[in-house]
Amino acid sequence: MTLTKAELAEILFEQVGLNKREAKDMVESFFEEIRFALESGDGVKLSGFGNFELRDKPQRPGRNPKTGEEIPITARRVVTFHASQKLKSLVSETYAGNNA
Amino acid sequence: MTKSELIAKLSVRHPHLVAKDAELAVKTILDAMATSLASGQRIEIRGFGSFTLNYRPPRVGRNPKTGGKVSVPAKHVPHFKAGKELRERVDGNNKD
Repeated sequence: MTLTKAELAEILFEQVGLNKREAKDMVESFFEEIRFALESGDGVKLSGFGNFELRDKPQRPGRNPKTGEEIPITARRVVTFHASQKLKSLVSETYAGNNA
Repeated sequence: MTKSELIAKLSVRHPHLVAKDAELAVKTILDAMATSLASGQRIEIRGFGSFTLNYRPPRVGRNPKTGGKVSVPAKHVPHFKAGKELRERVDGNNKD
């Protein structure tokens, strides 16, 4: 099982009382606002959950694993996520040895 | 952008909702995401990314103060992988 936008909308419908349309729009704009902030070069800090940060990576040499041919991996900006201490301990406590 | 700034932006985007609803919605979404990961269930948001758990095997760590050995039990830690749309929009220079 996987948590998706459809499930999140259903949860907003049940727990917040938004109608189905509003719930779906809210989930969509929640992720869009985060994408927009990151696209604009602004990191996102969601206290109790985690931080989305931006990292600028320099160009580095790479290789086509199939042909062995050397090709540079261009400089790029990437998103990294750091879970908050609260989320980390929630996960490690609740999901401790379940699947180890 | 902080959580309260996100809530403010969402209430501007959804003017027909009372302000409290945007706040409650953000808290409910984050809560559902945290609960999902804590129960070992992954999260997959098209165009945004996916959250999964990575396994960390048990290891012997050190107390940096005393130098004493401490056993660190196995655990799972949250991991995020950005989706295609987010990756491309963030890396504006490489867009095409």
